[in-house]
Amino acid sequence: MATIEAVKAPAVATAAAPLLKVRGLEAWYGESHVLHGIDLDVAPGEVVTLLGRNGAGKTTTLKSIMGVIGKRRGSVVMEGTETIGLPSRAIARLGLGFVPEERGIYASLSVEENLMLPPKVREGGLPLERIFKLFPNVKERLRSQGTKLSGGEQQMLAIARILRTGAHLLLLDEPTEGLAPVIIEQIGRTIAELKQEGFTIILVEQNFRFAQTVADRHYVVEQGKVIDMIPNAELDANIDKLHRYLGV
Amino acid sequence: MFELLGVPPQALFGQVLLGLINGSFYAILSLGLAVIFGLLNIINFTHGAQYMMGAFVAWMALNYLGLNYWAALIVAPIVVGAVGIAIERLLLRRIAHLDHLYGLLLTFGLALIIQGLFRNQYGSSGLPYAIPPQLSGGQNLGFMFLPNYRAWVIVASLVVCLGTWFLIEKTKLGSYLRAATENPTLTQAFGINVPLLVTLTYGFGVALAAFAGVLAAPIYSVNPNMGGDLIIVVFAVVVIGGMGSIMGAIVTGFALGLVEGLTKVFYPEGAATVIFVIMVLVLLVKPAGLFGRQA
Repeated sequence: MATIEAVKAPAVATAAAPLLKVRGLEAWYGESHVLHGIDLDVAPGEVVTLLGRNGAGKTTTLKSIMGVIGKRRGSVVMEGTETIGLPSRAIARLGLGFVPEERGIYASLSVEENLMLPPKVREGGLPLERIFKLFPNVKERLRSQGTKLSGGEQQMLAIARILRTGAHLLLLDEPTEGLAPVIIEQIGRTIAELKQEGFTIILVEQNFRFAQTVADRHYVVEQGKVIDMIPNAELDANIDKLHRYLGV
Repeated sequence: MFELLGVPPQALFGQVLLGLINGSFYAILSLGLAVIFGLLNIINFTHGAQYMMGAFVAWMALNYLGLNYWAALIVAPIVVGAVGIAIERLLLRRIAHLDHLYGLLLTFGLALIIQGLFRNQYGSSGLPYAIPPQLSGGQNLGFMFLPNYRAWVIVASLVVCLGTWFLIEKTKLGSYLRAATENPTLTQAFGINVPLLVTLTYGFGVALAAFAGVLAAPIYSVNPNMGGDLIIVVFAVVVIGGMGSIMGAIVTGFALGLVEGLTKVFYPEGAATVIFVIMVLVLLVKPAGLFGRQA
């Protein structure tokens, strides 16, 4: 097994003031202490990935930022507002949009109801016409039951529904998991378009080849801590180190 | 006079009407239970007591405050619904994370306390509540006599049931409720205030029970035991329809009232048990209920 160097991750990588600043974030599932002090920054308009092995704490980091975990401690500041004591509904209203790993499409709601469910949290959400342009399959299946969609369509719906809310920091948990290469490509194009639109994205990914095509920076998570940060431009030069981190 | 299957039509239609009346109460009460179970995952055993409280609030409003039946139809659901909200906030919320059984035991205990308090204060013999003058009398339909008040009960409960169904299945608020029922954590992460939805849903379900209680007051005497007697049958209705199924509760409520009425005509000895026999058969063949989703 590769030994992991305890590298202090550079917290700030860009000159811009961070949109999201996470310091010493710890989280628990029941009695189990899962995150041991995550530090990371995300600048406005950036796409940042969390890379790491299974069970490293990537998904838990997203859930903790969103406040959908039992117990968390530390500091998560969104545009100057400390969120650590807030319920997830209040965190969402600060402009965070969450796409969970299992996509979270509601079986008891139609595609249209799923799409229209999240309330507008602020101005600036994408209009429906723009969303349907990004995801034409969603438009064609509006009357279907949410869970009757294919895996790829469900993923698109899960992303589509947070785009109209005005959320400007998107937390996407493994959006490519279990999808066909052609759908992964489409999701990659969508993330690139969203970045161009000015959305800030935190992406949890197992597939760093995919992450490389969309991200500005990569945080490597191991045993509930950020152990390294690699700018995307330096990814190729650090590929051996990354392989070691990921156990590839 | 002609007969249907050897039964005089007056007797047959009379029992059909009685069945529809009972079905109206089964439908409203099982609807309230289904709404509460759907979102809170609580088997609300206090429902019968809350139905009884609706009837008592109508009686008290009339006798202490001079509020008539029509005012009581609005006031009693609000008052009893507010008591329900207090119960949810102060008691049920504390055990929300525990197994269903704890909710059932808590609400069962509450039902006994509430019934005991009313029995202590008002006795068990029942208090009269007059039919409102606008609905006294009836219509001679030729084949049967239809009392106006009973026709009103059927129409009012149909309107309330269908209105509730529309609210839950066809409106934005309803989509919040269904989403919160299915995945409360994610729904909350979208910025929707799920704890408030839970409180209001419980209050609404309880208000439905109270509304049924006001409807029942002029038909049955206002009695502390009126809910306890009915609630067991209503639970059977909910199980047959499918726990948490809105349309299941409505359709099954009316249908089982009719079945019970017809059983009284054709096999009176079986009338008291026919719903429970159907419940056993449904549980054996379709454990999730006729309209319920398999877990």
